[in-house]
Amino acid sequence: MENEKKIGNGKLKVENGENTFSIFNSQLSTVIKADKLTKRFGDFIAANEVTFEVYAGEIFGFLGANGAGKTTAMKMLCGLSTPSSGNATTAGFDVYRQTEQIKKHIGYMSQKFSLYEDLTVIENIQFFGGIYGLSDKHLKEKSNELIETLGLKNEAKKLVASLPLGWKQKLAFSVAVLHEPKIVFLDEPTGGVDPVTRRQFWDLIYQAADRGITIFVTTHYMDEAEYCNRISIMVDGVIEALDTPANLKQQYSATSMDEVFYKLARGAKRSE
Amino acid sequence: MESWKLKMENDQKYSQLSTIHSQFSIKMVTVNNIVKAYNKGEVKAVNDVSFEVSKGELFGLIGADGAGKTSIFRILTTLLLPDSGTASVNGFDVVKDYKTIRKNVGYMPGKFSLYQDLSVEENLNFFATVFNTTVAENYDLVKDIYVQLEPFKTRRAGKLSGGMKQKLALCCALIHRPTVLFLDEPTTGVDVVSRKEFWEMLKSLKQQGITILVSTPYMDEATLCEHIALIQNGSIMSIDTPYNIIKKFPDTLFAVRADNMGRLQNALRNNPQIKSCFSFGDFHHVTMENGKLRMENLVTSLKNDGFNDLEIKEITPTIEDCFMNLMDNK
Amino acid sequence: MKQFLSFVRKEFYHVFRDSKTLLMLFGIPIVLIVLFGFAVTNEIKNAKIVVCDYAKDPASQEIVHKLSVSETFHLDKTLLSYSQMEEAFKKENIKLAIIFPANFYKDLLHLNKAQVQIIADGSDPNTANTLTNYAISVIMEYQQKLMQDNNIPYSIAPEIRMLYNPELKGAINFVPGIMALVLLLVCVLMTAVSIVREKEAGTMEVLLVSPFSPFMVIISKAIPYLVLSLINLAVILILSVTLLGMPINGSVWLLVAESTLFIICALSLGLLISNVTQSQQTAMLLAVMGMMLPTMLFTGFMFPLENMPKALQIFSNIVPSKWYYIIVKSIMIKGLGFSAIWKETLILFGATCFFLVVSLRSFKIRLS
Repeated sequence: MENEKKIGNGKLKVENGENTFSIFNSQLSTVIKADKLTKRFGDFIAANEVTFEVYAGEIFGFLGANGAGKTTAMKMLCGLSTPSSGNATTAGFDVYRQTEQIKKHIGYMSQKFSLYEDLTVIENIQFFGGIYGLSDKHLKEKSNELIETLGLKNEAKKLVASLPLGWKQKLAFSVAVLHEPKIVFLDEPTGGVDPVTRRQFWDLIYQAADRGITIFVTTHYMDEAEYCNRISIMVDGVIEALDTPANLKQQYSATSMDEVFYKLARGAKRSE
Repeated sequence: MESWKLKMENDQKYSQLSTIHSQFSIKMVTVNNIVKAYNKGEVKAVNDVSFEVSKGELFGLIGADGAGKTSIFRILTTLLLPDSGTASVNGFDVVKDYKTIRKNVGYMPGKFSLYQDLSVEENLNFFATVFNTTVAENYDLVKDIYVQLEPFKTRRAGKLSGGMKQKLALCCALIHRPTVLFLDEPTTGVDVVSRKEFWEMLKSLKQQGITILVSTPYMDEATLCEHIALIQNGSIMSIDTPYNIIKKFPDTLFAVRADNMGRLQNALRNNPQIKSCFSFGDFHHVTMENGKLRMENLVTSLKNDGFNDLEIKEITPTIEDCFMNLMDNK
Repeated sequence: MKQFLSFVRKEFYHVFRDSKTLLMLFGIPIVLIVLFGFAVTNEIKNAKIVVCDYAKDPASQEIVHKLSVSETFHLDKTLLSYSQMEEAFKKENIKLAIIFPANFYKDLLHLNKAQVQIIADGSDPNTANTLTNYAISVIMEYQQKLMQDNNIPYSIAPEIRMLYNPELKGAINFVPGIMALVLLLVCVLMTAVSIVREKEAGTMEVLLVSPFSPFMVIISKAIPYLVLSLINLAVILILSVTLLGMPINGSVWLLVAESTLFIICALSLGLLISNVTQSQQTAMLLAVMGMMLPTMLFTGFMFPLENMPKALQIFSNIVPSKWYYIIVKSIMIKGLGFSAIWKETLILFGATCFFLVVSLRSFKIRLS
């Protein structure tokens, strides 16, 4: 009976037909650990003592209203922004001192920028593979494999600009995990994508998670929140809730994540 | 479930009413066989699109980015010339009478398009004068929205929060009391709470008799419109009231869940009797090949496959289900 | 009209709230003028000079004496021949040489007219200019004295030669050049960028879907930059008169009128650029490469046009700044009136009309 999904060294236990993530194994490996992580801009506290852990191989949904501090927290975890106080490690590296190592071990993709529109599909793959130090041979194999799986054979020599948005996003994701990072950060990866492609995108996310890549994702689609193993909801710079979708729904006596989110974020004082 | 049924009944009544209504009402926007291509005809952004919007209606163009929504809006706001076909707004031709249309419509482009270095007040005053009016003259129309901005009126627009920017942009598009309001993806990238607020504002605007055309990639917003057009790759796949579109869904739709959702999806997709299977939050939405499989049979076969805690129920499709179904047929 | 005023006010807000650009706009001309001003007004003391006296008569000796006692000059030596002098320029740090022809005094007495040659090291044009002027004034002083004593109209004609930089580009050429450059910078670059910025921000879309005439959008965009340019023009003129001691020998009003013509020409060029570009970077690049560079190269204020290949000389005629540069020089330095520059004005006017028509025609009332 398969009612436990192995996540890293820990397990995702299935109870009463619901996915319940619980840690029985104290050896469960942590890929992100944030401890009272805080970022101040003058007297504005963008992220206030944010404390949470993300485990290897899990899909972690990072939700919050506009301006709740998601982007700020994410930038600190990627080593792009120095925290004002608190501690955090990403992929085992310190966010204050080891930002270069962090960047080597993570992938990043955002809705706004991910690929060069004026380069072809193959050129983009080779460029991004190149900056992560993949060998030529390895890169060639990888890019053929990638083009094959995405069904982009006829488009390989076309400019990225000419692809439909959904394809671009799928390609961008595949490029972000090309170097098999420990963790990949996805900032609203499916914004504006059609519903079918959106689901195909999530198929890619699942495949990556199965390979052991930890997924850290933000989204405005609440049905996508359900696809995550665990989610956190940030309100006004603070993580207000963190659990599996099922537990959250139960906790807030809601039938959907949409409702949970609404209940939590409605009282938000600031909106950016 | 009860409330849902009630809502459906109401929608049905409304839908019938609005069908009758639209037969006699004044057409504020008519679009006939509009075609617009880019890159020397290579990319057809808008492909033979036709629709009508009645006076005082809230009309939604629903589709993903790149479906052609923005091009249609730009043609209607006289910013683009169609390659072929005709369109009129408030009875005026979008090509010939562009000057008249520009005086009478309000337009909020997809991108935040106010002056970031001007204050809230300065922006509003500026747009009021550009449209030959004053803030005082039409204050009643924007009052409900503007009071929320009032505390920040000396703040530069660039320093406002996302939700506030959007409200200000709406105020600026309304300040000359337009007959038709075009809102191009006003809620893209906006969180659930702000989106709900925004739709509340639209409802109250509608009550003031303004015809509103709104585009959105969020399928869940479709039901808030009176008529919607589902658009993909430049073509309209379906156009009707949300209720009728849902009614037209060809198959019976089931929601299925079990202990292992990932494996369940694979099992369902590999089942030749299953026509489609898409994940929807914590359920998979499934349609079956006509008459070949009954719900009971599916339960048995899944149980045999070793799934526990199975839950299967017949459900009313959402607009997103309809959208994906229509995409499949293409 | 109210719409128009409100639009112009908005443009001024943009300008004044973008403090960096504003600083650049007024900073660049001031820095250029001040820098140059210091380079010119540096007092020169004890510049090494040599004298080559073929005459060796009372007149030449008196002038040499006058030169040697002045603080400005340090008489290094008296040489015997022309070739020695050339050697001295090359090997020693000689700034100036004065050559008296053999019959200097005799010519002066009998023909009432004598020549003296002044040769300066033109590689440092400012110093060369100052030194030459000073040497001439010493010679003139002697001539005056001679005339007073004898009541005969003697005249000494100094013949000046510049070594290494025969054109002697100095402040006199530099200021009109800066004027053309700065006006172009403000009008072409700023106008183009400010219009393209509205395209980028999406505000142009909203403006187009309004009853406000697209032409008025353009006109009201141009007004603030016209005003800014005129202020800049005033700043440059005041600085160059007070700091550099530049003369404005002709009519100031004529100068302002001609400058306004040039500004309108530049504004329409800026508009033209904004019509054909979609991003601020492209607009900037096009303005710099297409306008500023030709101005520096082809007006003749940095590089002498005469030395350029014929093709480039012909090409320089289509650069409007060249004509403006000639006009400014004629008014400021030569003190000429309109009758002397009507041809250049006509060319500039023609160019303005041409660019204005082309840019207004290419203005799109829709998106493309």
